[in-house]
Amino acid sequence: MLAPYPPMVTTDVEVRASRRTLLADSGGLAVGAVGFGLVYGLAAREAGFSPIEAVAMSTIAYAGAAQFAAVGYVAGGLAWPGIILLTALLNARHILYSASLRPWLREVPLPRRAVMAHLVTDESYALSISHFRRIGRTDERGYWLAAIGPDGIFTWILATLAGVLLAAQIPEPERLGIDVIFPAAMIGLAVGLITGRRELTAAIVGAGVAVGVALVSNVSIGIVTGGILGPLIALLIPKRFAAGAAVPGSLESEPGP
Amino acid sequence: MSTNLVLLAILMFAVTYPSRAVGLLTPGLDRLPKIAFDYLQLVGPAVLAALAAVSVMVVVGDDDVPSFHVGIEWVAVLAALGIVAWRRNLFLGLVAAVAIVAIARAAGLAEIPA
Repeated sequence: MLAPYPPMVTTDVEVRASRRTLLADSGGLAVGAVGFGLVYGLAAREAGFSPIEAVAMSTIAYAGAAQFAAVGYVAGGLAWPGIILLTALLNARHILYSASLRPWLREVPLPRRAVMAHLVTDESYALSISHFRRIGRTDERGYWLAAIGPDGIFTWILATLAGVLLAAQIPEPERLGIDVIFPAAMIGLAVGLITGRRELTAAIVGAGVAVGVALVSNVSIGIVTGGILGPLIALLIPKRFAAGAAVPGSLESEPGP
Repeated sequence: MSTNLVLLAILMFAVTYPSRAVGLLTPGLDRLPKIAFDYLQLVGPAVLAALAAVSVMVVVGDDDVPSFHVGIEWVAVLAALGIVAWRRNLFLGLVAAVAIVAIARAAGLAEIPA
């Protein structure tokens, strides 16, 4: 699981070339991030978020899927403890990214690593780990490029702000189908995380349990129950049948943080 | 301008940051049982799919009673799913979903939610 240092030596020229590759990849992802940030801003505004609240969410929480989810929860009137629990569940995957980055960043002073941690996203992880593996050693600047470069936090914040301001100009968002952005984004993000039968099973069981429980109790209990039971059931699939073991960072379809 | 949800953002940060920091700031995380890592890997798809499914299949009436819902949103979300799986492009999927719902509502084929 944890990436070891491959035994290779790279020159400064190769490191710079790899950084350029990182930036190019980040630029490609940024196109999606801008669009995604815009629709997040639209959805947040539609759910009643003020521009300050929507931008604060993108700056402080900085977690695209969880932010989208929070928009849906707030719109649905879910109590804050439920929102926070679901956020924790949804973002638990970052433990994997963080643990995987540690071998490459352990020499970075602790205060800077603490800041780096806030910027760990699906994209920054994927970009930086690919860069480290290309060059075979750590490169702090490479991490910062991944975290605050074209597909980084500032792009996300600006796109959010643009979306919120744009939404204020739309008088009847339901007529335009803005309300479907949330479930469509959730299912699209789920697809990006499905890399094998276990993930697929977790998604299907999670969805089924969530709907079933929601219908007989309430929506928030349904979502939490589905989110907890789906993975448990999926773990029952023997490893040999779980083709395509999930690889953190293989989330090409999620353009936001 | 409302700022109530800024506190929610801070609370969301409070439960997200530890996940992001624990591996980077503390040694020995790799000694967790492998099954714990496997479980964490599966939480994302399960929660996201649960959110999507509940959002399109369950509506809560004025009496707070949930009921099963069938509507154009199903088509839109399935289209988004198909496009994302096919093109690996979430933005395209979202655009398609919104377009389907907007056209259906404009044509009077689907209700506009209250």
